Amino acid sequence: MVDPNGTGLPPEGSQGHACAPDHDPDRERVGAAPATQPVVTTSTMEIVVAGLFLLFGVGVMYDSYRIGARWAIDGPQSGYFPFYIGALICLSSSVLLVQGVRQRMRVSTRGSFVQRGPLSDVLKVLIPAVGYVLGIQLIGVYVASAVYIALFMVFIGRFRALRSTLVGVGVAAFTFVLFELWFRIPLPKGFLERAAGF
Amino acid sequence: MAELQSLLNGFAIALTWYNILLMFIGITLGVLIGVLPGLGGANGIAILLPLTFTMSPTSAIIMLSCIYWGALFGGAITSILFNIPGEPWSVATTFDGYPMAQQGRAGEALTAAFTGSFVGALVAVVMITFLAPMVARFALQFGPPEYFAVYLLAFCSFVGMSKGSPWKTIAAMMLGFALAAVGMDTVTGQLRLTFGSMELMRGFDFLIAVIGLFGIGEILLTMEEGLEFKGKKAKISARVVLDTWKQMPRFWATSIRSCLIGCWMGITPGGATPASFMSYGVARQISKNGKNFGKGEMEGVVAPETAAHAAGTSALLPMLALGIPGSPTAAVLLGGLLIWGLQPGPLLFVEQPDFVWGLIASMYLGNIVGLIVVLTTVPFFAAILRVPFSIIAPVIIVVCAIGAYTVNNAMLDVWLMMLFGVVGYVFKKLDYPMAPMVLALVLGDRAEDSFRQSMLMSQGSVTILWSNWLVGSITAVALALLFWPLWQAIVGRRRRAVAGQA
Repeated sequence: MVDPNGTGLPPEGSQGHACAPDHDPDRERVGAAPATQPVVTTSTMEIVVAGLFLLFGVGVMYDSYRIGARWAIDGPQSGYFPFYIGALICLSSSVLLVQGVRQRMRVSTRGSFVQRGPLSDVLKVLIPAVGYVLGIQLIGVYVASAVYIALFMVFIGRFRALRSTLVGVGVAAFTFVLFELWFRIPLPKGFLERAAGF
Repeated sequence: MAELQSLLNGFAIALTWYNILLMFIGITLGVLIGVLPGLGGANGIAILLPLTFTMSPTSAIIMLSCIYWGALFGGAITSILFNIPGEPWSVATTFDGYPMAQQGRAGEALTAAFTGSFVGALVAVVMITFLAPMVARFALQFGPPEYFAVYLLAFCSFVGMSKGSPWKTIAAMMLGFALAAVGMDTVTGQLRLTFGSMELMRGFDFLIAVIGLFGIGEILLTMEEGLEFKGKKAKISARVVLDTWKQMPRFWATSIRSCLIGCWMGITPGGATPASFMSYGVARQISKNGKNFGKGEMEGVVAPETAAHAAGTSALLPMLALGIPGSPTAAVLLGGLLIWGLQPGPLLFVEQPDFVWGLIASMYLGNIVGLIVVLTTVPFFAAILRVPFSIIAPVIIVVCAIGAYTVNNAMLDVWLMMLFGVVGYVFKKLDYPMAPMVLALVLGDRAEDSFRQSMLMSQGSVTILWSNWLVGSITAVALALLFWPLWQAIVGRRRRAVAGQA
């Protein structure tokens, strides 16, 4: 069967697992690829990271050159030291880039950077954590912490809702007492705390 | 014996009820940090640092250094009971510690590990007591070129001693230097590498990097490895402790060797982790019972733990005497000194003797307190590890986020922490070393200042780094270490070529 996107993934929105009528066993199999299948090889990651380093190094050199990387009358200019730092980043990342490309040529040495199953486990932590940081910004740290811990426990830890809520609220309350009342270090607050007069 | 007099003064400062209470709190928190995945000495102290802003510097450093000792002790608990090293320096402890626990000798293994740690730390503290003031006195005659040469030595030794690719060490280190340069240039007031962003004017705080790299990054790795804590039960009774202590004197030779390895690796920026492996390897080769190593030999627990603690403790020597930390955790403590308004370096011994000797005295007391705390509370900490990871993980992320926010009260820092977390995860998987990056981030500005001052002295000529025997020899050693991997590669290639012809 030909995958129209050529991505090996089900096209977005057309066939979810819940859509029973056009259930396609072959596509189902592709969607649920074995958990040990590598998502990206180590050599690809090496090249990507070395490339990012190289870009960063060029950026550092450019900005240092812009503000002056030479000698003024009174001594070295601001960009003098960072310019050479940028040069060393460019040098080391170029070597790593070449090494990465050469490693990729040799098919036999391709290792897996991360496999499908473990990657989804990592994303299960990373994505909620990013949402949590967004939550801190929008509704303050205490409410966001309680909601985040409770939801994480319910959806990823498969705990009962009551226990999860108790842990979440408990941690948030403890944090509140520790920081706002005891150490008097103000943390970001939202409308709920403001309504309560803090 | 001016040192003894100063040390007694230090005890007088450290021995107040308040400070002893702080020691107990610090050790307990430290063991907790050492036991939990995702929290370690460096990021644990980084998170708690803002809480100490209102304390006196001496009390603050006593508490924070006790967290460090606690974390060093705590790593052994998970290694022995769960076969999961809580800290990188306790990996070698799992080799014999876990087999002992499987044989039902968990109590013995833990007692041996804690006692070994205690001995290692004690030897290192004695060394600090007498050596640090001497090093500091010697360093008082250092000018900017000598300082820059010492920084060069510290960073080149990372390249020379790195196990992985030296290019990766250089790349990671220079990333640290570049991030340190972001923000306002303290000399000219010019904005560097901010690319027009107002928020980047403050620059990157290394505490944020430490919390992200070691905290969030570690959680992501733990999640990927899918850890399950299925451990052995731990009981430590007074009988087991005394029985184990009766056996310990047999290992005097191993202990001395491990202490020496640890102290050496701690002063040079080798750190506790390689020290523990090296000590384990040496003990296995020399010991009569070497062939039993890996099957539950007590000597195989004592050797790495003693060396790890000796290294972890002596990493504070260059931090105190020269202002150059020997490990990421020592770097965080150095950051604390700066925040409390103390200028690290050899003048610290002259200008702040109460602080320095209070800290050194607290190292003696802290390790005694630590030994008592860990021997009595092991079952409690083992129970914490049975809490499912899906409760621990979000709580640790909450703690990291709050810790990152409180450093500068800035929301951007929390986002940066997440970014550093992803960077830490990728770096760890690709073997980019994080310790040199963190040290470069901490020392970047100071290294640059000494470089600038040297260049001003010589009107832009690098030959100032060879201008006298002192700075010349430091620079020469630094360059030798820098080119050591290259030399090895050439020798290795030639040898392979010879072998290929034969």
